[in-house]
Amino acid sequence: MVTLTLVLVGLLLLLPLLLVFITALRSGLGPYLQALQLPDTQAAVRLSLLTVLIAVPLNTVFGVSAAWATAKFDFPGRSLLLTLIDLPLAISPVISGLVYVLLFGRQGWLGPWLEANDLKIIFAPAGIILATTFVTFAYVARELIPVMQAQGRDDEEAALTLGASGWQTFMRVTLPNIRWALLYGVIMCNARALGEFGAVSVVSGKIRGLTNTLPLHVEILYNEYQTVAAFAVASLLALFALLTLALKALIEARTGRAHT
Amino acid sequence: MTTLPSRRQARRHVLPGLPLTLGYATLYLSLIVLIPLAALILKAATLGADGFLDAVTSPRVLAALRVSFFTALAASLINVPIGLTIAWTLTRYRVPGRRLIDALIDLPFALPTAVAGITLTTLLAPNGWLGAPLAEAGIRVAYTPLGIIVALTFIGLPFVVRSLQPVLEDLGPEPEEAARSLGATPTQTFWRVTLPALYPALLSGFTLALARTVGEYGSVVFISGNLPFKTEIAPLLIVGKLEQYDYAGAAAVAVAMLVISVALLLAANTAQARLSRRGER
Repeated sequence: MVTLTLVLVGLLLLLPLLLVFITALRSGLGPYLQALQLPDTQAAVRLSLLTVLIAVPLNTVFGVSAAWATAKFDFPGRSLLLTLIDLPLAISPVISGLVYVLLFGRQGWLGPWLEANDLKIIFAPAGIILATTFVTFAYVARELIPVMQAQGRDDEEAALTLGASGWQTFMRVTLPNIRWALLYGVIMCNARALGEFGAVSVVSGKIRGLTNTLPLHVEILYNEYQTVAAFAVASLLALFALLTLALKALIEARTGRAHT
Repeated sequence: MTTLPSRRQARRHVLPGLPLTLGYATLYLSLIVLIPLAALILKAATLGADGFLDAVTSPRVLAALRVSFFTALAASLINVPIGLTIAWTLTRYRVPGRRLIDALIDLPFALPTAVAGITLTTLLAPNGWLGAPLAEAGIRVAYTPLGIIVALTFIGLPFVVRSLQPVLEDLGPEPEEAARSLGATPTQTFWRVTLPALYPALLSGFTLALARTVGEYGSVVFISGNLPFKTEIAPLLIVGKLEQYDYAGAAAVAVAMLVISVALLLAANTAQARLSRRGER
């Protein structure tokens, strides 16, 4: 049983991970660093960072709001809202991009109006940010809702009775209570946002240096048979994935929480 | 007397923020998810009922939907025994490096799908580390449906393991020890005692994996070879239709995929409810 597990984990998980780094460094450190310093790579890094820096905070604010409303209160339509929050998780990434093309694309519902006002969303960074936001929509909310529900509202009510304002109660009572779950959600949201491919690929148009995120840049390099460069950029993303796993394990150890 | 209702009211509203947070959550949900999804359905509706049916029942679309569905189904089924083995080992045995393996299980979740795609393709291509020996044995993986299944198995693995782990941890060895002391063989104990207790978790892991993999794109496009009628998945067909500016056709395929996903989730929820009811009895 143990041997079988080690073989499975080795073949399915460890071997692919090793392949990324070995292929990236196949021609030595020089070409590896060179690939990372290409202007197109640098532009992809910048666009990916911009996307993450907008999409993750947006979904974090939403996640906290949605969790406050659904975990601390009961109201008609609550379970419908919970189902709708999960909806983006059940939708193919490609469809998550497609919906924005149909809305903002040249033939889309708002396309003519956007064009008349010289605004560009599809084949521009705005579309990439929107599609990424859609895909990672539920990540923070889903972590927070069960935790906040389990904590109930006693702590908050005590703080309010003692004279704290609503905002003080949130900052000094709720936020410390949910900080690990919040961090966990943000980390997972961040990992998915940085790595999203399908949704972004539909709305990006893949204009080099302008609308290429890191995963799209990997695809282009790979399709151009620039294998070392493709895996060099991929290794950046893999390193980030390893960092995500380490942080995740750290939070799990810290809080003694079960796996999700 | 007059203070009573107002005090009750005050008590009911002691926790503030519902209008603000609910209002914001609903607005944001509508802007990011609901309105765009409505645009999709409206676009598909412009085809009319006949046009829609024609679009989603064209042979190439049906073939792509079949490839997406059956490869996802196969991969999720394969993940049941694989996930069970790994989750079992991680919860029941003292393995060297257990925490490292445990953390690594989420790699498919954290690793961008495009990276997984090019990596698995390079690994399994006819000249790859694993592809070369397999090719010698006459097995082609990359650029065949088998390649799609391998990629989807990779993507779905954490869902099965993570569904099983907490249940296995809670289960404890007692029921199994009881069965053994009553004379059951290890095999009987596994099939009649342990496995039935795991059915709900196995089903939920299987469903989560299926829901995630049926629409998967990034890890598949590199390894599948993308041959129409053979290894073309439905999401790729949507991309193809978009590139030909067939927006309504793309929307129609997307709606068909959505219907399949929602039906899968409903079926799974029903089965889940039935299984856990049986467990209580």
